[in-house]
Amino acid sequence: MKEKLVNAIADMNEKEAMHLAQTMLENGEDPQAILDAGSEAMARIGDRYDAGEYFLPELILAGDMMRQLGDLVKPKLRAGAAQRKPFGTVVIGTVAGDIHDIGKDVVAFMLDVNNFKVHNIGVDVSEATFVDKIRELKPNVVGLSGFLTLAFEQMKKTVEAIKKAGMRDQVKIMIGGSIMNEEAAEYAGADAYGADATTAVKFAKSWTGGK
Amino acid sequence: MSEKSPQELYQERVKRCLDVAALKVPDRVPVFGPYQLYPYTFAGVTLKDAMNDYALAREACHKFQDYFQPDLDFGPILAYPAPAMELLNIKWFKWPGHGLGNHTMYQYVDSENMTAEEYDEFIEDPSHFIMSKWMPRSFPPLQGLSDWPAIRRFMWFGWTGGLAGLASDSVQEALRNAAAAGEELGRWFDSIVQYADEMKAKGTPQLYAAFDWAPFDIIGDTLRGTREILMDMRRRPDKLHEALEVATRIFIEYGSGAAGADLPYCWIWMHKATRNFMSDEQFKTFYWPYLRKGMLALIDKGIIPVVYCEADVESRLEHFADVPKGKVIYHVSTTDMAKAKSVLGGIAAIAGNVPNILLLSGTPDDVRAYCKKLIDTAGKNGGFIMDAAVMLDEAKAENLKAMINFTKEYGVYK
Repeated sequence: MKEKLVNAIADMNEKEAMHLAQTMLENGEDPQAILDAGSEAMARIGDRYDAGEYFLPELILAGDMMRQLGDLVKPKLRAGAAQRKPFGTVVIGTVAGDIHDIGKDVVAFMLDVNNFKVHNIGVDVSEATFVDKIRELKPNVVGLSGFLTLAFEQMKKTVEAIKKAGMRDQVKIMIGGSIMNEEAAEYAGADAYGADATTAVKFAKSWTGGK
Repeated sequence: MSEKSPQELYQERVKRCLDVAALKVPDRVPVFGPYQLYPYTFAGVTLKDAMNDYALAREACHKFQDYFQPDLDFGPILAYPAPAMELLNIKWFKWPGHGLGNHTMYQYVDSENMTAEEYDEFIEDPSHFIMSKWMPRSFPPLQGLSDWPAIRRFMWFGWTGGLAGLASDSVQEALRNAAAAGEELGRWFDSIVQYADEMKAKGTPQLYAAFDWAPFDIIGDTLRGTREILMDMRRRPDKLHEALEVATRIFIEYGSGAAGADLPYCWIWMHKATRNFMSDEQFKTFYWPYLRKGMLALIDKGIIPVVYCEADVESRLEHFADVPKGKVIYHVSTTDMAKAKSVLGGIAAIAGNVPNILLLSGTPDDVRAYCKKLIDTAGKNGGFIMDAAVMLDEAKAENLKAMINFTKEYGVYK
């Protein structure tokens, strides 16, 4: 039944997936098995996204199915379930002045699916908050997102603030957003520009030795 | 060179911009003014002040236009009227002084203002849905409109209860608040019209005669919200298709305002069309057919759709090519222009795509070199309009000046 559940989620058959999960719980199966099925399905969804078979709608729907599964099993879950050690920690946010979040959330989701510990710190994030969060969470990678052209300057300010706080050497910084490019990354003083979530994952893995 | 009168300049610019759309080789490559925050930045005015003081916004746009002299002008319409927005307390917007800094472009807050269960209500009577559900959710001071009676039931003896409903305290209060906001909006529109008249007197046409939104975005932007509509393509495709039919009729109504204008450009904001948002299959199922149908209806009215893509649309070019020849302009943003020209050349004019980062961090020489390449490839035999890739917030004035002046010199067709 677990394999069926994996398939249902990965194939975007939401109703079937929820029905299967419910039935598994009623049959007394381990709630952890349902979450494992979810993770397995997410990996498959990630692969299909990389392959250009799935797009944003599928990622959002997948995220929503995971949320529903979580709501379903959490009350029955035992504490202390074993977890894989993440490749690294990522702090990601949309820079100050910009409140666009969809692209950033997809990147956060894909990093999460690919075994990173992701702290998505939201939109309109000031340089000071980025600095505080980096100090507090000690990430390996920082993701700066921006949709508006004002983000060119704000990303630059943010990188400068990180430098000023003496933490530039501790983190790799990547930027993304529809009008961003290599030049914008250079202007901001970031390490890389990623055109999509897949590239962001690739960078994060290359910087942390994740495979 | 003899000095042209403003009337001559105006006619010349209108002709140039009609010719380029019709794929007749114009006298030279037209150049748009890439607007948004930049005119106010250039004039030294904060967006907050421009949104609150309509005369100041006009003045800033005059200053920008006088100095840079692009062929067409957006004017102060993108400096939305803050006083009206405050009266309405819009839920799905943030603007300077309301969640954003004084000189930051206002932004839309993605939100769901039509639930999945409300599709039928919208499809059956969109006006009543907008009035009684969307308006109160968008504008809290208009909460009373949730008691708005359905006008479709006013006939025969329905008028008795209907009119009584209109007189209820809640509806009356909402109408008073709506009228106050409406009066403020009237002052703003007066300012927009005044500016357009002043610009015409100086010889510059306005870039838009109407604004429009693709049917998919009409449903996705402020009704369902982005996340919800993207999932709806899988969860409830049939309902979405029905709603898109309704939205297409609304699209045609919005755009039809451009009919009969000197330059009947209908500026269409395209929000969720790129590969970042959906697959090609989804695009050709849910997005493109409705937009195309709507555009064809506008073209029948003599209107020129200008589709502002706002992102790389290389993967959509083959679809874009399926329109009547010489009737549409695609503003293709960061798309590879050689590719765009090879697919759309002889079918539709293309506009763009000077990188915004280049206008900010490059030099005038860099800009000129980029524009030369654009004119040589995309501009070959007409069908091309010079512009920034996306609307401009920040730039160096000398770079923008270089883009515009170089186009005027090098972009002449001989």
